Amino acid sequence: MFGLDKKDTMLLLLVAALTALAPFLLNPFPEGSAMAQFNAGYPDLMQRFVIFGIFAIGFNILFGLTGYLSFGHAAFLGVGSYAAVWMFKLLSMNVLPAIVLAVVMSGIFALLIGYVSLRRSGIYFSILTLAFAQMMFALAYSVLTPITGGETGLQLALDDPRILDGAVAANGNIPVPGLFGMEMRDSVQLELGAWVFTFNFGYYFSALVMLISFYIAIRIFRSPFGMMLRAIKANQQRLNYTGLNTRPYTLAAFVISGMYAGLAGALMASMDPLAGAERMFWTASGEVVLMTILGGVGTLIGPILGAGAIKYMENIISKINSDILHSWFAFLPDGLEDLLVTLVYPFIGKGWHLTLGIIFMLVVIFLPGGLVEGGQRIARLFKSKKTDRSAPKPQIEPGE
Amino acid sequence: MRILEVKDVNKRFGGLKALSEVNLSVEENTVHAIIGPNGAGKSTLLNCLVGKLIPDTGSVMFHGQSVLGRAPHEINQMGISRVFQTPEIFGDLTVMENMMIPCFAKRDGAFELNAISSVSSQKDIIERAEHVLEDMKMIDKRHMVASAMSRGDKRRLEIGMCLSQEPRLLLLDEPTAGMARADTNNTIDLLKEIKSKRDITIVIIEHDMHVVFSLAERITVLAQGTPLVEDTPENIKGHPKVREAYLGESSGH
Repeated sequence: MFGLDKKDTMLLLLVAALTALAPFLLNPFPEGSAMAQFNAGYPDLMQRFVIFGIFAIGFNILFGLTGYLSFGHAAFLGVGSYAAVWMFKLLSMNVLPAIVLAVVMSGIFALLIGYVSLRRSGIYFSILTLAFAQMMFALAYSVLTPITGGETGLQLALDDPRILDGAVAANGNIPVPGLFGMEMRDSVQLELGAWVFTFNFGYYFSALVMLISFYIAIRIFRSPFGMMLRAIKANQQRLNYTGLNTRPYTLAAFVISGMYAGLAGALMASMDPLAGAERMFWTASGEVVLMTILGGVGTLIGPILGAGAIKYMENIISKINSDILHSWFAFLPDGLEDLLVTLVYPFIGKGWHLTLGIIFMLVVIFLPGGLVEGGQRIARLFKSKKTDRSAPKPQIEPGE
Repeated sequence: MRILEVKDVNKRFGGLKALSEVNLSVEENTVHAIIGPNGAGKSTLLNCLVGKLIPDTGSVMFHGQSVLGRAPHEINQMGISRVFQTPEIFGDLTVMENMMIPCFAKRDGAFELNAISSVSSQKDIIERAEHVLEDMKMIDKRHMVASAMSRGDKRRLEIGMCLSQEPRLLLLDEPTAGMARADTNNTIDLLKEIKSKRDITIVIIEHDMHVVFSLAERITVLAQGTPLVEDTPENIKGHPKVREAYLGESSGH
């Protein structure tokens, strides 16, 4: 289907089903119950899952396939956001032109930065990309304030021109981003017994964009171009002596992944029309590296899983505070309760980075292939229980 | 007809004169061996031919065209393929994928942004790669990850990858280095078979005299960066200067 083989079609349909049913799957606990704070099925967070999923899918084309570790990819996220917000200000609150301009602009920036950075490989490439991203962050924060809004960020204003839909602003409110009449923040709530499920237009729009991005990524993985990228990762010297010029291949991979980042940035701005320089800060670049490694470098679905895992922790674990801990351990004797709360406290709330760090270390040491490898091991465990031991060992394919 | 013409090539590394006044001409469709003791400049010379190094002075002509100043991939596209001392293959890729990449390079040139069609739809490439794998008697290993193979098989694959491009000149850098006797003999047989089946010029650098004398039609002896003699294997065998340079013997010994 769609020019994919059976296995890839299944994977695409699986991801499509998961994203479509996410409002249910992520809200397993009834409203008002003690576990309700682990529910992730609210629009804001679900949007972040898929948007960072797009960011990580694109990053994986560069890092996972080609083996070039960029440490400045958040720069393109920022460029995409700024471009999108400018489009909202100048042209229209429709998200489509904003997305188009964001992808084009981030592609141009990626072409320039990639052209210079790709003269080096390995750690020098990483440092070059980091330097470019930090320069862009610093510029956006200070000198370029007229374009970027500086410290306060780029925001919409009532008197923005909005050439195409100026009439919309006549009612005295700043309009919100939408798509042909639908607003990104539109939501429908469904109450089923104690459960409340929210279906948000912005989420489903982003999810659709992610599915398209994922589909394109699969096509790239399975194409001759994707094979060349994997060959660059495996042995660049051999590729050069096989008559292939590696530079345009790496540059193309860099630009494509930069455009994915710009797309993610545009969607972020579409959900919340505001762009700040902190989106380009180096920690944001590091985050996408963590997502890709946590999920599984060079796998198709890994980056999406990694993005989901990190965004879940960032938003859920960071919300747990000491009162909640006390309520969990309330059934224990007072002394023991205080002791447990003291022990767990560093790992929650603002300490969620500590939890993330420990999980990241465990994954890198015990599951170098990331969450995908974890899943494969579990699947193999079940398989070997079903069939006898003489069954052939499944072939590990680099693309899956 | 001369396919390769090296004239007055000099190459210095700091104070070390790696190549001085090297002249070499290789006739088309012959096997030409370059031998010499360690440090004689054999690998440096080879690197100058494929664009890895640029000589300080002199010229290197391939089919009447200069190769100097060209990038390795351009030189390869001119028709020169190189086999490395340690097999250079795409270790993470399968044998079949390894073989398909040079076929793509042959068909599409140095760069082709073919990101939408799937590899499995490239019937001509698959056919060509399978054909070469069959030729190399490796078709049963096609799904293997290349890094999992033995050294002998990796070498075989690398030679096959070079041949799939139908090069006019094949450069071999100590193709049997570190191989067991049986693997060495297999490689000799393979190279003989390759030579008998097609029009190809082979330049081989080798330490193993057994390999050299089984294959070469002409031999150039390098010593301290300069060619000592160039002759047929029969004449080289008994040449006093060669024995002196190569075995460290004086001629009267």
